[in-house]
Amino acid sequence: MNLAFLEKLDRRWLFLVLGILVLGPLLHPIGLPVFPSEPVRQFHDAIAHVPDGSRILMPCDYDPGSRPELVPMNKTALRQLFRKHCRVVILNLWPGGSLLTDQTLESVAQEFRASGHPLVYGVDYVDLGYKSGNEAVMVLMGQGIAATFPRDMRGNVTADLPLMREISNYSSFPLLVNISAGTPGTKEWVQQVNSRFHLPMVSGCTAVSAPEYYPYLQAGQLRGLLGGMAGAAEYEKLCGEKGSATQGMDGQSLAHVFIAVCIVLGNVIQWSKRTGARS
Amino acid sequence: MNPSHDFGVWVAALLTLFVFSFLYKDNPLYKFAEHLFVGVSAGYYIVLNYWTVIDSNLIGPLRVAFGGAAGGPLHVQQGDYRALLLIPGLLGLLLFTRLFPRIDWISRWPLAVIIGVYAGLKTTGFAQGDLVAQVQASLQSFGLVELAHAFKASELAHTSSATWQAIGHSCDVVLFTAGLLTSLLYFYYSREHKGALGVSSRLGIWFLMVSFGAAYGYTVMSRISLLIGRFQFLIEDWLRIR
Repeated sequence: MNLAFLEKLDRRWLFLVLGILVLGPLLHPIGLPVFPSEPVRQFHDAIAHVPDGSRILMPCDYDPGSRPELVPMNKTALRQLFRKHCRVVILNLWPGGSLLTDQTLESVAQEFRASGHPLVYGVDYVDLGYKSGNEAVMVLMGQGIAATFPRDMRGNVTADLPLMREISNYSSFPLLVNISAGTPGTKEWVQQVNSRFHLPMVSGCTAVSAPEYYPYLQAGQLRGLLGGMAGAAEYEKLCGEKGSATQGMDGQSLAHVFIAVCIVLGNVIQWSKRTGARS
Repeated sequence: MNPSHDFGVWVAALLTLFVFSFLYKDNPLYKFAEHLFVGVSAGYYIVLNYWTVIDSNLIGPLRVAFGGAAGGPLHVQQGDYRALLLIPGLLGLLLFTRLFPRIDWISRWPLAVIIGVYAGLKTTGFAQGDLVAQVQASLQSFGLVELAHAFKASELAHTSSATWQAIGHSCDVVLFTAGLLTSLLYFYYSREHKGALGVSSRLGIWFLMVSFGAAYGYTVMSRISLLIGRFQFLIEDWLRIR
């Protein structure tokens, strides 16, 4: 079979096929199965084993560029924490993300309010907002969180909020749940907080940064890891939800198969050209 | 289909389509969206940083220190050193001397402080979080004692899951150690890669290739996720098909 024509194929045809493969399952879901992997189970279990009513620190280090991957896992983690009556303190080290993370937090709180669980801002959850400084902010928080964030996202004096009156520094939390899109993110929290202050942590991250964090998981520095949309979908399955990550996985799987086929075809063409030239 | 009546959603949807139009070819609509994004981002970040950093961490505390509410800048309680914020405030202002060529050398002083602080933070963080912890985690037991125990136990009950678990763990550790050592040997350039070193470094390349493949797969997943996110927005928030 002569595949030489593929060599001159306009790449826009590939974009079109990829677009159809992603869009099709969103309109007509196939329902391909999702199987939770071990790192995802560990993430779920780490939160499940935290005593009910604990205070949880949740740095959400992402911006709208990572929304499809990270917002679903952020929402699922918040739901799991609120179901355990945990009180959550979120913050953001990415300048473009503070509004998005506040919106995410508020939408989950609203869900709980609608189902008869009155979550109160300042008592059950606090959004400290954005602070520039990356690692410097992390180290400063070890000395005092209210001093590092004098005002919260909504302009309140942080030290006056009932939840923040119970919190001094990292020792006030049994677990850190980091949702990370890159730098600053999980790597910096491991280096500056997990290593120095020995605060156990789990991470949900974009797929592109997941390979970098597996060594931390293997070394026990991370107690669990969610990698990208697949990790988010597996986590949704463990929590009995069917959110946007699960809905996106059909298109994700088909796109991966298509790209794998393209890679194989490309290699076959190159190989046949090389053998043809030799003969 | 019941399209959104929200003006903001329409703007976002049209800008998404403008950006997608680049896949066909470069065009003025794409350029418009690109420039708009850069301009809006720059303005947003400046305002955000002013209110979350300069106002709340510098101007606010200085106002309290010098405004008389706390008894003046020299009337400090233990741990209250707000007047000292004048120093970082001054260093921050000195950064702007770069705009004046005759005195731009002054901006190197605050830069030196920033670089020094971050170099210190990064170095200690890396040493504690990566170097020591990762080397420690690389020294793994092959689990031979556990394997022997598991084999002994399996004499009684022909096949036990513990045996397979112990075998699996030992294989993992062997693979991990082989991958670690051969990958390290690949980057050893003080001797020609011949003989045993050549074989090891070639094996190291295979391990590296597998890791690059995994990283590529994850990167593809990230990029496809972005496309899925945009399609979900167009379908659910803009066109409201579902």
